[in-house]
Parts: sequence; structure tokens; C-alpha cells
Amino acid sequence: MVDSAFNMIGVGLAAIGPGVGIGLIFAAFIAGVARQPEAQSRLQSIAILGFVLAEALFIITVALAFVLPL
Amino acid sequence: MSFTASSAASLTAAEGSGFHAPGPASFELPPVFGDVTKPMILVVLSAVIVIGFTYLASRKAAVVPGRLQFAGETVYGFVRNNIARDSIGSEHYMKFVPYLFALFMFLLVNNYYGIIPFFQFPTFGRIGYVVPLALVSWLLYLGAGMWAHGGPLKYLKHQTVPGGMKGPILLMLVPLEFLSNIIVRPVTLTLRLFGNMFAGHLLLILFATGGAALLSSGNIFYGGVGILSFILGILISFLEMLVMFLQAYVFTLLSAMYVGEAIAEHH
Repeated sequence: MVDSAFNMIGVGLAAIGPGVGIGLIFAAFIAGVARQPEAQSRLQSIAILGFVLAEALFIITVALAFVLPL
Repeated sequence: MSFTASSAASLTAAEGSGFHAPGPASFELPPVFGDVTKPMILVVLSAVIVIGFTYLASRKAAVVPGRLQFAGETVYGFVRNNIARDSIGSEHYMKFVPYLFALFMFLLVNNYYGIIPFFQFPTFGRIGYVVPLALVSWLLYLGAGMWAHGGPLKYLKHQTVPGGMKGPILLMLVPLEFLSNIIVRPVTLTLRLFGNMFAGHLLLILFATGGAALLSSGNIFYGGVGILSFILGILISFLEMLVMFLQAYVFTLLSAMYVGEAIAEHH
């Protein structure tokens, strides 16, 4: 019971990092497009790539939360 | 029946009927016939769909494209120009377009199985289906690198020894580069696609079965929450549609980028 609660808390904590990271990535993307709207198509693929790389951290955590024994 | 009695009854009913939160076991479907399971059928069907679609789209190729040809050409142009050419470079990219296009279509069809009614099972929610794909991409960029640099050792030097570095720092950098460029890449490719499909499908199951359990609990307040859960499930479905496309795109993009990096002239 206690271990399972720790597991939940761990997943919640693990979501903080990628959350902050994805926020920073899209903040930079929006700032870049606001400065130079014609660069949007170039920036978009870079932003999505960064978003996916940051998101992968949390996805791996979720997978591990299921896989690791309680 | 008084309100408190009904709510207590519904509570015990909800516990008695046994609402099990979905878990990894939700992905272990019973075999359809013999040893053949649903994802096996789906993955074969996806190959048929991809081949059929590309055949039909290219069969009557005309200068003024029809509707199907236009759709096919849009996808092909997207993969060739936005993924392959931008990440591999304009010299060698055409060699890798067939693989990347097939990979993208295959991933797209298999991912969208997750929300198409009656299929409703993302094949890549089972990690066994993702590992071979990642291995193919891994072997592709290793092979492409060896082909471009003329031999395994030269390729290994290209991938693991950063340019402009000398001396003992290499002792630290070479194992690190080897680990990140050769070992970790197929693992992250696998886990990213698998994790996204797994978690997304789990979320959909949770909202659907949880909503159904709450609605059928007989308590009006639980029922309200159940309706909310269904609405959230629909919204999550839209998010999943985005994620499914994004994961197909990213898997293809990363495969192309690894190839591009492997055949690049210098670091």
C-alpha cells in the first residue's frame, strides 16, 4: 500500500521536469515565430522534435512505473 | 428507496461488480483463433492497407491528379521533402525515401488503429511489435554509415570520436558517444513509440470503462461524474489523434536524422 503510494508520487514528481521543459520549448517557439513569422515552418519541426524528446522522459517513467514491481 | 440507502447500495455495487482499473493486462487480449491474436491480424491488415493504398494511388498516375493520387502524393511529398531531404541532405536522400515512406505509412495506419471503431487497438501498444521496427532503423543507419565511410571501423571512428578533441578527454568522450549513438538510440526509439501508444490507449480505456462504471452505479452524482468522464474521454481521443500522427512523424524523422548523421562527411 505504502509502496504503491510512493510509486504514484514518483510519477507525479517525474511529470514536473518534462512539463517545465515542454513549456520552455514552446515559449521559445512562440517567441521565435513572433519575431520572425516567416521562419514558422522551420521552427515548427524543431519545436516538435524538442517537445517529443522532452516528453519521452515522462513516457519512459510511465512505462517503468508499470514494469517495476511494487 | 431513500437516498442514503441507494448511495450505500451503489457503493457496494460498484465495489461488488469489481471495477478494475485498466493496466498492462488490458493489452493481453485472448487469441482470436489458434495462437493468432488481434494485433497480429491488425499488423498484417496494415500491410495490406498500405500496399493497397499506394498501389491504388499510383495506378492511374496523371498530370492532373485525382483525389486518391493527390492524397498519396501529399503524404509522399511530405516524407520526401520535409523529413528525408531536410535531415539527410540533398545528395543521398533519395536512397532512403522508400524505406522512410513505407515506415511512415505503416506507423500511421498502425497508430490510428487505436481510435478507429472495431479495431481500437494500437498495435504498437505491445512492445514486441515496436522492437523489430527500431532494430530495422538501427541496422539501416549503421549500414548507411558503414557504406558512406567505407568500413565498420571508419564509421565507428566517425560516430564515437568527436572532431577537434585530443588527449585524455577522449577516454571519457568515446565511451559516452558510443553509448549515446549506438546503444541508446534504438532503445529510446522503441520506448518512445511504445510508451506513447501504451499510455494513450490506457487513458482512453480508463475514461471509457470508468465512465461506464460510474454511470451504471445508480447514483445520480456518480452518473454526473461519469458523463464528465465520457466528455473527457472524447477530448483525450482528439489529443490521441494528434499524438498518433506526431509519433509516426517523429519515429520517421529520427530514423532519417540518424541516417543523415551517420553519412555526414564530418561531425
